[in-house]
Amino acid sequence: MAVIEAENISKKYIIDHIKGNAKGNTLREIITDNLKNLFTKKEDDEVSHEDFWALKGVSFKIEQGDRVGIIGSNGAGKSTLLKILSRITEPTEGKISIKGRVASLLEVGTGFHPELSGRENIFLNGAILGMKRQEIKQHFDAIVDFAGVEKFLDTPVKRYSSGMYVRLGFAISAHLEPEIMVVDEVLAVGDAEFQRKCLGKMKDASTSGRTILFVSHNLTAVQGLCNKAMFMQKGQLIEMGETNHVLATYLSHVQKTALESWWLTPEEAPGNDKVRLKSIKLIPEYLHNQKHIDVRTPFKVQIEVWNMMDNVNLNLSLHLNSLTGECIFNIGTESKPFEKGIIHAECEIPADFLNDGSYSISFMVVKDTSNAIYNFEEALIFEIEDYREGTSWYGKWPGYVRPKINFPIAQLELESIS
Amino acid sequence: MQETVIEAGRSEKYYWQDLWRFKELLFILALRDITVKYKQTFVGVAWAIFRPVLTVAVFVFAFDKVAKIENKSDIPLQIIIFTGVIFWNFFATSFQQVSNSITGNANLVSKVYFPRLLMPLSSVAVPLLDFIVGFIVMVPFLMYKGYPPTLNIIFVPFFLVLSFFAAFSLGVIFASLNVQFRDFQQLVPLIVQYGFFVCPIAYPIATIQELSWYPIYQWINPLAGIIEGFRWCLIPNYQYFQWDTIIPSIIFITITTTLSVIFFRKRENSFVDYI
Repeated sequence: MAVIEAENISKKYIIDHIKGNAKGNTLREIITDNLKNLFTKKEDDEVSHEDFWALKGVSFKIEQGDRVGIIGSNGAGKSTLLKILSRITEPTEGKISIKGRVASLLEVGTGFHPELSGRENIFLNGAILGMKRQEIKQHFDAIVDFAGVEKFLDTPVKRYSSGMYVRLGFAISAHLEPEIMVVDEVLAVGDAEFQRKCLGKMKDASTSGRTILFVSHNLTAVQGLCNKAMFMQKGQLIEMGETNHVLATYLSHVQKTALESWWLTPEEAPGNDKVRLKSIKLIPEYLHNQKHIDVRTPFKVQIEVWNMMDNVNLNLSLHLNSLTGECIFNIGTESKPFEKGIIHAECEIPADFLNDGSYSISFMVVKDTSNAIYNFEEALIFEIEDYREGTSWYGKWPGYVRPKINFPIAQLELESIS
Repeated sequence: MQETVIEAGRSEKYYWQDLWRFKELLFILALRDITVKYKQTFVGVAWAIFRPVLTVAVFVFAFDKVAKIENKSDIPLQIIIFTGVIFWNFFATSFQQVSNSITGNANLVSKVYFPRLLMPLSSVAVPLLDFIVGFIVMVPFLMYKGYPPTLNIIFVPFFLVLSFFAAFSLGVIFASLNVQFRDFQQLVPLIVQYGFFVCPIAYPIATIQELSWYPIYQWINPLAGIIEGFRWCLIPNYQYFQWDTIIPSIIFITITTTLSVIFFRKRENSFVDYI
């Protein structure tokens, strides 16, 4: 039985491009612009509107009990789709019919009030997620138990540690009993132990016949949890089907990405009104006439960013991730004062460090060493090829790093073992 | 099994039905506001008694003892002020709470679905509780002063409902504009402050009733009629209220409520994009 049937879903946003004198859409600007227009002839200083289709003609069917992973790079329309399914926004076109109660978990602990106690928040959050009071009472002990907060039930959650807060939030959602669960990267928070617990809980939920939609960058999690996957790109559904098959398509799509991307003008570059990405390049230092980067090749990651702010202290924080979304390392530059202009940064990755495989680089521009201004996710995706000598074993070399660390072995004494 | 259809413009048709389905959330949100308001206070809900009593004491001192307002009615100014302030507190705090209800719940707007009208509706819980507590204090005070309420008191809910809709309609417009333009947030306290003097709260209506512009005033200030009606419910032999003066208020409030709800519904779907 198809529990979700979507036909031709599209979602349009209107983006204002401002030319000439018109400035924007705060109240003052709207009033002054309108006043100006009263006295002057209408000129080209109009705000021009551009339609942006966050989703375009997406159709799919989801059967009862399916666990569907939604994958795709940023801006593919995954979150928009989730928002439409959870009815936070309406589609511009198209129709979805859903059979059963939907609970959407777009964050952990939605609507928690810091002043209220854990007990009060369980009821508040439960009601917000669509549970009846009776159901919450019924699961109350289980929730408290799962979260492990018995002692602090009557403490305001503002005094909770962040771990307790997240655990309580997840415990409530885990005890929802909707027919359909829509989950957005909730698993991105919390420690490894907690993530394992969450995945386990979601698996339990699916074996009891519930349908799960799960958006994630963590391909390992999708692979482990989902029996089906949807690959989205630029608002369109590229492929839907059996997980491993779709993951393969996704990987082959992202691997086509070149070793550099650059933008000519800030207007079209990714970012926001404070910083935009000018270019990101991977510059290998090839040895011995290589054509590809392999495990022996040292390379540099060169980043250039347009900074639109004056007099700010900025630093870059770079994440190198495996293609399944796990962070291999995170490294930050020093924080320095900058004026408007282009910021240049270079990170050297030594030879004999990364293992062969596909990696992605994400980086954040950070202000005053604490405020992330913009997170450029998956700004660059690259592959490192295998190279090995002195071994006759050719299976996949395990691990994310393959450092050349001294590991001497020697014969100590000659002894006859008998 | 429950079946939901999501489609452009669909929520319009089922909006009121949905509002009813989510009634439990309305109570939970109301309860949240009330609990939060008196959290970490020593005397708790007793503040709902202290606040109006202190306000009345200050106003009686300022208007009766210092400014010596001319009292053209036959009722002591203390009673005029007490009844006026209790009413005004309800109207003013309802208006303030409703105006902030959407921006104050921004985290909910962007993460879960429910009819957004629940937020302004539930935000009236706190002023309503304050009103009830204040009212319970006021009645013995009136009796002590020699004005025991008559049977007219059963009309109090009627005037309360009228003032609720007055505050709600104005507040809902501010709430929806506030989402995009926080400028309106700045206006709210000013309106409350000026309104206190424009309406016959701290002075008897008799003082202005003989003025030449009074008939116009009566039409453009729907609150004046409600306040007088409220006093009529509580003060025996109150001669300054006629039922026909409430008609303009009812018409006015019906129109503004309808318009404000239409306005809110129009903007509701875009809240998530602007908040």
